[in-house]
This record gives sequence, C-alpha cells and structure tokens, in this order.
Amino acid sequence: MAPNRQMRRDKFPSGIAGVSVGEIERQVPVGEAPPLPTNDRLTVIGKPVPRINAKAKVTGAARFTVDIKLAGMLHGRLLRSPHPHARVLSINTKAAERHSDVRAVHVIMDIVGRAIESEKTAGELPRALYVGAPIAAVAATTPEAAQEALSLIGVEYEVLPFVIDIEDARESAAPAVFRSPVVGFSFAGGVPAGAGIQQKGNVRGPAKTGSRGDVTKGFAEAEATVEAEYRTEVQTHCCMETHAIVADWRADELTVYLSTQFTAGVRAELAEAFNLPRNRVRVVVDAMGGGFGSKSSVGTYARAAVALSRAAGVPVRLVLDRQEEQLDSGNRPGTFQRLKIGALKDGQLSAISLYTYGTAGTAIGAGVGNVAQAMYECPNFGIEQYDVFINAGPGCAMRGPGNTPGAFALEQSIDELAEKLKIDPLALRDRIDASPVRREERRRGAERIGWSRRHAPGADAGSIKRGVGMAQSLWGANVQTNASCEVRLLRDGSVEVLSSVQDIGTGIGTVLAQVVAEELGLRPEDITVRIGDTDFPAGPPSYGSRTTASITPPARNAAYKVKQTLLEIVAPHLGAAADDLALRGGRIVAKADSSRGMSLREAAATLRTDQISAIASRTDDYGGFRRTMTDAALAQTDLGGVQFAEVAVDTDTGIVRVERVVAVQDCGRPMNPLQIESQVQGGVLMGLSYALFEDRIIDRHTGHMLNADLEHYKIAGSRETPEIEVLLLENYQGQSATDAYGIAEPANIATAPAIANAIYNAIGVRLRQLPMTPAAVLAALGRIPRGS
Amino acid sequence: MLETSLSAATAFADTESEPKSIGPDAVPLTLRVNGAARTINAPPHTTLAEVLRGQLDLTGTKIGCDRGACSACTVWLDGVPVASCMILAIDIGERPVTTIEGLAVGDKLHPVQAAFIKHDAVQCGFCTPGMVMSCAALLVRNPSPSIDDVKAAVSGHLCRCGTYPHVFAATLAAAKASKR
Repeated sequence: MAPNRQMRRDKFPSGIAGVSVGEIERQVPVGEAPPLPTNDRLTVIGKPVPRINAKAKVTGAARFTVDIKLAGMLHGRLLRSPHPHARVLSINTKAAERHSDVRAVHVIMDIVGRAIESEKTAGELPRALYVGAPIAAVAATTPEAAQEALSLIGVEYEVLPFVIDIEDARESAAPAVFRSPVVGFSFAGGVPAGAGIQQKGNVRGPAKTGSRGDVTKGFAEAEATVEAEYRTEVQTHCCMETHAIVADWRADELTVYLSTQFTAGVRAELAEAFNLPRNRVRVVVDAMGGGFGSKSSVGTYARAAVALSRAAGVPVRLVLDRQEEQLDSGNRPGTFQRLKIGALKDGQLSAISLYTYGTAGTAIGAGVGNVAQAMYECPNFGIEQYDVFINAGPGCAMRGPGNTPGAFALEQSIDELAEKLKIDPLALRDRIDASPVRREERRRGAERIGWSRRHAPGADAGSIKRGVGMAQSLWGANVQTNASCEVRLLRDGSVEVLSSVQDIGTGIGTVLAQVVAEELGLRPEDITVRIGDTDFPAGPPSYGSRTTASITPPARNAAYKVKQTLLEIVAPHLGAAADDLALRGGRIVAKADSSRGMSLREAAATLRTDQISAIASRTDDYGGFRRTMTDAALAQTDLGGVQFAEVAVDTDTGIVRVERVVAVQDCGRPMNPLQIESQVQGGVLMGLSYALFEDRIIDRHTGHMLNADLEHYKIAGSRETPEIEVLLLENYQGQSATDAYGIAEPANIATAPAIANAIYNAIGVRLRQLPMTPAAVLAALGRIPRGS
Repeated sequence: MLETSLSAATAFADTESEPKSIGPDAVPLTLRVNGAARTINAPPHTTLAEVLRGQLDLTGTKIGCDRGACSACTVWLDGVPVASCMILAIDIGERPVTTIEGLAVGDKLHPVQAAFIKHDAVQCGFCTPGMVMSCAALLVRNPSPSIDDVKAAVSGHLCRCGTYPHVFAATLAAAKASKR
C-alpha cells in the first residue's frame, strides 16, 4: 500500500452469516467506497443474476476466437516432431515455400512453456524433446494446403534415446532429457524454478521450502503414526475450444485474437517477443472456450502464428486440433508422494514428513502444493520435493495446481489416522484444523449428507457396497493488485464498465455489471460490460482464482467515484448537499425524502462533458496481505472448502459410482450464487473425473501418447454426473470494497480424496493411486492380481 | 446417429446407379439450412460442420474434436441430432438442416434456450449450442422426460466446465414450461 496514501477508518461486517456477524474496524484508503453491508441488505450483489452473455451463448451468436474471420485470412498449421527425442540437424523449407497456396513458412526457434537449459549451443536448432514438439509452421490459403505443405518441409533428425516412465527416468543410467541444469517457471510450487537447484540426470531437487520444526523429535513424541505412498496420474485440460489464435500483423499495430486467460499479460509477452512497444499490441478475446490454466500465457503456437502473419502481411488463423491439444497444450503433472503423519493420542499432530517426486514432462513444477504444510496445526513439518523430467509435453498450471494431487494424499492419511486413533474423521479435524470456516463447513456438510448414518468400513452386505467420505481443501485468497477498471456514465444516463479482464466462462462480466449496478442504483441489464480487450484499462488474469477478488473492488470504487462526481454536479440543481443524495432505482433522490429527486437520465443531461469517467485500481486488502508473491498477494484468510461424497462400489465389476456430492465452499462474499454454483459443480465434476477416469497414457516403447483424443481419454460426462449439492458460506472479513474472492480452483481440490475416503468406507480397502479404475478396485479387493 | 447413417446410405444407393467422379475441386451444392436454400461451392471432402461454419457463416455450430467424440457440432438433420463433423456436405441432399441459429423463432427463444439462461446451464458456452440442440430434440421425441432421459440425450456431449447438473435442471424445466 502506498505509504503516503491517506487513510480513514471504517467498520465492516465480519464473520460467517448464520454463525455470527459482528463488526471489524479497518483502515481504508480515502476515496474508496464505504463498507458494503451484508448480502441480505443489497439489491443486486449476492443475487442469482442471469449471465449477461448467456443469450449469445445459447443462440450461437457468441463470438469465440475460432469464429473470427478476417479478410484475406490465411490458415496456419504446425509441423510437429514424430520422435520423442531428436536433434534437429537441418530444416529445408524451400519446397513448402514453392507450394502455390503457401504464403509463409516459419522455423520455430522460440519455444516457450518448457524448462530452459542453462547452457546453449550457439546456432543449434531447438531439440525435439517429445512427440508433438513444434518444429515449423506454415500459412496457406486453405487448411488443406497448409497441411499438404507440412509434408514438403524436409527435416533431418538425429534420433536420440528417450525415457517416458517416471521410474525409469529416475535411474542414473536413463537417457537425459536435458543436457544441462534447467530453469523455468514453477507454477505448482514445489521445486523452485530458479537456478541453483541441484540436478542429477533427470532428477531436479530436492527443494525443502516450507520445512519447519524438528520432524525427528516430533515422530519420537508421536503415539500414533500413519505412513503411506500415493500416486496421481497426468491429467490433460481438455478445453472444449482448443488453443486458437488469429494474428493480424499490420505496419502500425499487431492485433491478436486469442483464446486466453490473460489479455494484459499476453500483450506484454508479445510486445517483448516481437520487440514492439506495448501500445502497438492489442489483444482481444470475446467468448472463450475454457482454459483451466492452460491458456495463461502466449504459447509457442501463438508466437508462430504472429511470425507467420508478419511474414505474409495478412492475418493468420491457427487453431490446434484435438490431438495437438492433448500432446502439447499443457497437463497436470503426475506425482508420487510418501506421506508420514505422527500424532498424540488426543489427535494433535506432532510431525508430518512428505517426500515427493513428480513429472511435468519437459517442464518444471510438479509440486504438491501446500495442503500438507498448511491445512492442519503441526509444529514439525519436513518436505523434500523433486521434479523428474521425461520426454513428454510440458505440464502447466491446472485447476488447483499442486493442492489437488496433494489433497488426495493428505486427506486419506488424515482419515487413516482418525481410524487408528478411534476418532471420527470430522471430530479429528475439529481438533486439528484451526479454520473457523472449515469447521462450519464440516458441520453444514455433515448434516446435509447425513454423516450420522455412516457405517463402519465395508459394512454393507451384498456385492454393491456403499460408503460416505469427506475431504477438505485449502486455497489462497489470491489478489492481483495490478488490476484496473473504468466506469463511465454517458450523457444519456447509460453506463459502461471497461477492463481488459476476460470472461473465460466464470461469468466475471455479469459480476462486474452487478457491482456497478449496485453502486449506481441500476439494474445489471442497464450496464454495458466491455471486457476482454487491452484497449481498456489493464485487468487481472483469470487464473489462480483471483479474478473476482482483483477486479470487483476497483469496479465498485470506480463506480463510486463516478457517483460522487455526478452527485456534486447535480446537488445544486436539487438544492441539496451531495452527501444528502443517493442513487436508487435509476433516480437521484434525497436520502431523507426519496420523492424528491430526478432521473439519472435528466441528471446526466446536465453534464458539461459527454461522460463522467473514473478509473480505479486494486489496492491492498484492508489490513494488508499476509503474504506476497511476485505477481499476487495472499489475503489474511485462506479459502476453505469441505466436500462429502457418497459412492456405490460394485465389488464384482470394480465400478465406482459417485451418487451424491455435497460441496460446502467459502469464497468470501458470494457475488452471484447462481454462477458460483455452476463453478462449484464444475470443480466437483473435474475432480470426479480426475479421481475415476482420466489418465494420459504414453507408450514407453515409442513415446507416443495412445489416447490423444477425446474417445480414449475419458472424461466424466452426463452419465457419471452425481447429484451435486452446493452450500455456500457467506464469509465477511472486511478486506476490500467487495470482500469477494475466487471459487474455481478451491472447488476442485477436495473431490478426489472425498471419493477415495468414501470408497474406503464402502469396501474397507484404501486406493492410493489415481485414477481409481475398476481394475484398481478389483486389485485392491484381491479379486485380480495387481498391475505392474 | 445409427438411424441417420442408415438413411444416408439408402439415399446414396437410390440416387445414382453409375457414381460419377467428382472433386477434388469444389463442386456446387445446395443445402436447406434453417428453412432457406443455400447454394455454395465446396470440395467434396468438406464436412457439413465446415460448410456451416465456413461458407454459410453459421459459427454457432462448434468443432471440438472433428471426429464425432464430443458432439459440440450437433445439428438437426431431418429433425434428428447428428454430429455435423461426421457427415459430408454433399451427402445431405434434400434433407433439412437446423442449426442453433435456426432454433429460436425470430426473437422468441426456444423453451430450452430460455431455460438454459435461467438455470445457468452455460459456462464457457462452447459445448452449449450442441447441448441445446440435443435437449431440444429430446423434448420433441419425449415431452415428459425423466432426468435419466436427459442424461441419455446428452451422453455424447462433453462439457469440461461441468454444466451437466444445470443442463438437466434446465431441460426438465423447459419440458414443464412447454406443456403449459
């Protein structure tokens, strides 16, 4: 927070609605809107307002990146490596360039997203490190011609030994994926990205960040310990709209239409990559077909499309096909975790040790987050994490990175500990979890699922056995302070809100309309929302569940500034002081006598300028942040979630059916319960899918992914969808002008362990490896031999 | 899907005893789309999805996998939901095609569309047009569906955002609303 900024003190609602809501005093920068009351006293915020772009989406009018057509637009296509590991000795593009329909050919030197070797050999072409690694790109007048031209590019490969299996890759004799120590971006915590980390062969680490206390002493004091090993699979994002760009390079400006989670970030990246000032780069996204972490930055493919457009002098469209999407658009790293927990008889934890390794293929960042470190009170915590490289596409952030695999291990071990201590799993958590939020969530969820009817593990007679389980989640209350928003009142009384923030399906545009409408006494449909375009003030990214927390306070503060300006202009016309006026129902009225006033339209007509405009930026959370990172800050509370699952396990076939999920979630002040419910359901379904079905399979002998599609890579569909009940907490902390936080990732973290704990309750045997397939269930039951 | 491919095969067998050679260059063809005859030129290998999205500019129909695995491209052919990425445009013949753009009557949304809005059966919206087409077709076949009927009707549709619970609620509500 700017130290010289003037502050005032305000009293905010504080606490959980339905438990107790009191008041908390906070320092607030002067000029920001006054405290917002609890949702029951608001008109628009906190109400189930229909999505503002829903009509466009149900009629087919919504314009996605793949729908953009520009005059003279060419079709781009990438040449990709057929080898899992190869040196590229030469690339001959002459024949492709001679193709009558080809307008540009581009050799890819600029590969992003994967780890970077610290030592480079000058003049060498980038090595192909996995099947599907990008080599070159062409732009042609038709997609067919572009495809044809790829076969005319002559690439001379020197095929190198490769490694696919994570256990093979850990051997000292394994083929090395990288020739020198690497650096890169670590999206899931775990092993830090920077230099100075030990790297032997394909194993990078250990990282011991987060260790505290004396673990040896803690285990010596323990009266009960549990120790187990867990494995989680590689999951792919499977956005329904594949990665897509239309790049339009003109002499004076580069315009990029991109399916992206971060327009402002992409502008900065492209400006740097193409040596342009940022004011000559414009990034636009209207409707966006899902990202889940994989569309956070400009991929190699998008840079190639920009290069092709520059070379051809006309727009180039490049859309990945489904196979490319599966091979080379990111994935959630697979992990191995050995977790040991020690506790006293009363349940108090005395020590946790966690040893993990995982693989993000050719990227850094296979960590398991901070759930084991931060969910429960424990004085002694030791962690050792490693990244292992294999010849596979680079991983990247995916919905709750780190914490999602981490919770699968932690929450099963906590349940196991409860059983060992003969304490109910909820009662144990009541003793060791300091979060008042999760305590209330456990209470509400237990009541809804009917926890009291839960039986002993494996107690059902017959071949179909039912069980109930639960698990918890932890996610940061993330905020990006680099987030700005403009509100304009126009002379006819209409209002628009502008920011480069993008709506990736979460409904942030609707929430912005609600916030501005609430402040200006209008209806959400009165507000025009202009977002997804870097022509507007730079908004936050839509990742890390930080969008709502970052952009709604500036939106409200900008609307508040516009309102104050207007009231000061209008006050003399009404013979009142500005402070005595309010905006209600499209009118400016006297607070004391609402019959006295004028319509907003009449008021706006008195403006000397065509509009009143105000821009606000996100300030620090009131009371400050607990922790700051490079591009985000964590608020004082974490976002807690608790989920309960009820499953039926067919012990003859091994098939697990999730019949019901109760998801209880905190996101601070809920802004739009309808949209939040949608996102929580989505998080549960993605978690269910992760738990039971998904598995990227690469043939270790050829290096090819065997299920690089959507028919063999199984994701949950309608028939696997259980009854999902969403219970939302209203948790007020007085931390910003809206006090609202994110929801998408927290809702994904607890599902897989809740299902695993429910399966244990059903059959009395633990499944510690994802996905929990029928074969895995039968093997756990001893009905078939265990796989290798 | 099965009925459609059988009827397509029958239609093909009936039309020509001596199949003439066409392509690879564009050939003229006329499609009946959303009640209007549209004549275009397209290479014979062009799928219905590509023609709709390309020449006809009906981009509401989405391509998610281009091989019949995700159903994002669902349109009605003769009133039956089909994956338009799995059908060549030249095989359509006289059969009427209805796309998402043709579902509403003027400004009046189809009850399924209205219910999708009300129940927030939409997140990113990419799978939504196909999902709407299948749910609307279900209500023609079965005006009083159960939730299992709805699940079956959209069982081929992949939605990564996880809109399924709201899709079920919306479709059941639309069925009720249509009966009033």
